[in-house]
Amino acid sequence: MKKHQTNDVILQTVTKIASFIILLFSFHIFFAGHNNPGGGFIGGLMTASSFVLLLLAYDLKTVRNILPVNFIYVAASGLFISLCTGIGSFVFGAQFLSHAFDYFQLPLLGKTELATAVLFDIGVYLVVVGVTMTIIQTIGERE
Amino acid sequence: MTSLHIAILSPIALAFFIPLLAKYARKIHTGWFVLLLPVLLFIYFFRMIGMTANGGTLRAGLEWIPSFGINFTAYVDGLGLLFALLITGIGSLVVLYSIYYLSKEREQLGPFYVYLLMFMGAMLGVVLVDNVIVLYLFWELTSISSFLLIGYWYKREKSRYGATKSMLITIFGGLSMLGGFILLYTITGSFSIREMISQVDLISAHSFYIPALVLILIGAFTKSAQFPFYIWLPDAMEAPTPVSAYLHSATMVKAGIYIVARFTPIFAFSGEWFWIVSLTGIVTLFWGSFNAVKQTDLKSILAFSTVSQLGMIMSMLGVGSAALHFHHFEYYMVSVIAAIFHLINHATFKGSLFMAVGIIDHETGTRDIRKLGGLMTIMPITFTITLIGAFSMAGLPPFNGFLSKEMFFTSMLRTTDFSLFNAGTWGFLFPVLAWIGSLFTFIYCMVLLFKTFTGKYQPEKLEKKAHEAPLGMLISPIILVSLVVIFFFFPNILSYSIIEPAAASIMPTLLGEDEKFKVHIYMWHGFSPELFMTIGVAALGILAYMTLAKWRKVYGLLPEKLTLNKLYDSSLSGLEKGSNKITRTYMTGFLRDYLVYVFVFFIIVIGGSLAITGGFSYDVKGNASIGVYELVLSAVMIAATFTTVFARSRLTAIIGLGVIGYTLALFFVIFRAPDLALTQLIIETISVALFLLCFYHLPKFRFKPKSAKFRVTNAVVSIGVGAIVTLLALSANSQRTLESISSYFIENSYKLAGGHNIVNVILVDFRGFDTLFEITVLVIAALGIYGMITLRMEKGGEEH
Repeated sequence: MKKHQTNDVILQTVTKIASFIILLFSFHIFFAGHNNPGGGFIGGLMTASSFVLLLLAYDLKTVRNILPVNFIYVAASGLFISLCTGIGSFVFGAQFLSHAFDYFQLPLLGKTELATAVLFDIGVYLVVVGVTMTIIQTIGERE
Repeated sequence: MTSLHIAILSPIALAFFIPLLAKYARKIHTGWFVLLLPVLLFIYFFRMIGMTANGGTLRAGLEWIPSFGINFTAYVDGLGLLFALLITGIGSLVVLYSIYYLSKEREQLGPFYVYLLMFMGAMLGVVLVDNVIVLYLFWELTSISSFLLIGYWYKREKSRYGATKSMLITIFGGLSMLGGFILLYTITGSFSIREMISQVDLISAHSFYIPALVLILIGAFTKSAQFPFYIWLPDAMEAPTPVSAYLHSATMVKAGIYIVARFTPIFAFSGEWFWIVSLTGIVTLFWGSFNAVKQTDLKSILAFSTVSQLGMIMSMLGVGSAALHFHHFEYYMVSVIAAIFHLINHATFKGSLFMAVGIIDHETGTRDIRKLGGLMTIMPITFTITLIGAFSMAGLPPFNGFLSKEMFFTSMLRTTDFSLFNAGTWGFLFPVLAWIGSLFTFIYCMVLLFKTFTGKYQPEKLEKKAHEAPLGMLISPIILVSLVVIFFFFPNILSYSIIEPAAASIMPTLLGEDEKFKVHIYMWHGFSPELFMTIGVAALGILAYMTLAKWRKVYGLLPEKLTLNKLYDSSLSGLEKGSNKITRTYMTGFLRDYLVYVFVFFIIVIGGSLAITGGFSYDVKGNASIGVYELVLSAVMIAATFTTVFARSRLTAIIGLGVIGYTLALFFVIFRAPDLALTQLIIETISVALFLLCFYHLPKFRFKPKSAKFRVTNAVVSIGVGAIVTLLALSANSQRTLESISSYFIENSYKLAGGHNIVNVILVDFRGFDTLFEITVLVIAALGIYGMITLRMEKGGEEH
């Protein structure tokens, strides 16, 4: 990527708004996954795509300042979380990766379903975000 | 574990301690520690003679792998005991000899005695077990220890060559023999030789009978250096002389004889056995003695003479099998008895001859008869030993070789009386070949003796100043040659104690209850044809020896190219070159060629099995009807596929691929798979972007956008693969036999997992285990890309 003065005000301005919308949509798709189309995989890819949009509008350095995260760690922690949800079922004397769910009365949200499967999905989500960003950043940084 | 098992395994057990002794007891020659064991074993086995002479046998079981019927069953009968006595007796003498032969300072004694003991134990195992698998185990151990002993001076090229050759040939035979054993096992269901003998009728009626017979005989012939497998034995003479004396004259090469004798009660009823064994033996006898005359190295002469003498024993065993077919079996039984007797005689005189040759080599520095001569007065004791050994081998009185040779002639003459196996017409060949072989035997014995000890002493050609050997080195050959003489004058001390029980174990079915073979060896037959044959051999032999220089040219007639050694060498190198060539033809190093192999294999295997089993079927009942959307999308997809395949530029191909991917996403939409559609859309976008990245970074030079080259094979193969997959999918779809399990997920998705999105519930809940590893795959891929790009090695990576 060559360094040269650019003037993409329109792109950068639209990105500022659009990336948040994409991010929100990706959260929605992630949480809706259990009952509607979506889930960790697609959610993760969407989140990554909002970051990619940032990368396109700004340069790598700027994005690294905005998101001071090493995405390899993100992927690793995602894998770790997924594994832990599997191991966690041992605590309750169940088999590996047995999930449980129930309905709770939560403040603000009202009656809500909480499932351990979502924890697993969070792992998937983090892995997908981490992997995609790692690949893109690595290739992008290569001169 | 009985004392018998301990006796068999004790040499191997002692071998473990030899390195310690060789290292820490340097002052004493390691051989002295070793010597004790074979002597004790000899005494141990000697005391069993009384038992076997009375027709008794000893059997001791030891479970090893009982579930497979593989047990270490030790079995002592007359035959086994004879061999055990040979092994331990000559073993003791050889160890004693080697103490003086091998220098404590210059040689590595540890390995030598380890190998020798290993061999001794293995050989005892071969002759004293009843279970063929255990027998095979010990058999291969003899091959391996012989390999190690031949290559003892491993820094010499010739030792390594000889060791490899003997290894290849004897292991080839050993493996064939294993095949034969397994065939016998499939027939009888037992690995025990005793039980096989009791089921002879079953074996001889079975279709595996001939293969088993041939395979076992190949094993016996390779080990016993029979024609055409004898070629390893002359090259094995690179071993230290005690080894040659022990392994390659008295014991290991007789393992094949042992096998033939041991399996005689099982196989000898058939004409095949008779013809193969006796013909191979007689041809080997002739060929070995014929070739021995042209050798100039003393040990080579002895090697060829061993080959020839083993052929003689083998032919007698073969002819002896005729005894099973006649009522008056004593008439033919003489062959078997002669074989056993000659086996003992050969061990005595050949052992002493090898030791004498070793002494000559040791004291003069050469074994070449062209350099030697006139040693008679310098080494009188060695001369006497060689004289007795050589005359005995030539079959002259008053030495034991005379007796066994007379018996050999007797048995060969009796083949002419056969009315069996068409032997009547060809039977005359046996005495003729036997006589010619004996003639050559006589000649090389004279060469061996007189070229070495008479004539002119040529000290300038010798490396050392010749002198008589130390007493210790002479003890063993003196003992052996005294046996040569003793067995001539008192042959019947052997006949009751050893030969009768051995004959009884070779031909156990011929004897009734409490019956024994009556063996009595006569020194004097009267003026029989045999005597005249011997006189003829001696007379013509002396004449031929005198005129040796004149007719020696006959050996030049056969060109070097036509010898068996040449055949062995060229087939070995040809095998190497040939396999190299074959590998080169198909291992081209081009990935595209390997892909063609893989796909062609796929077409042949899947297509072939579809064709053979008639698995193809076509049934569209129950399929959904095809709508407009499907038709249109299919048309788009086909068009995009053709674009991709026939595109002139790579960019077009990439775009074509993208079109295929997005159309697939649309298919997912119309087939109601929203999760798949979403994922497919995003993944397709990313992969197209990555393709474009690759495209952008293609090297600039030599890059001309070109359409893919058309190759007929590629087209045929790809069309074939497509057709096969289509056929397979159609057949699979037409033959659904079981209900899908998807209804379970539909019913229980919300009930059990609390989710309405069945796909997601399956991914994270019902089958979350797969997902766990798929995300692991992703992480590995990311780490791989990261590693490939950032961690560049200095050397290989060309910086872009």
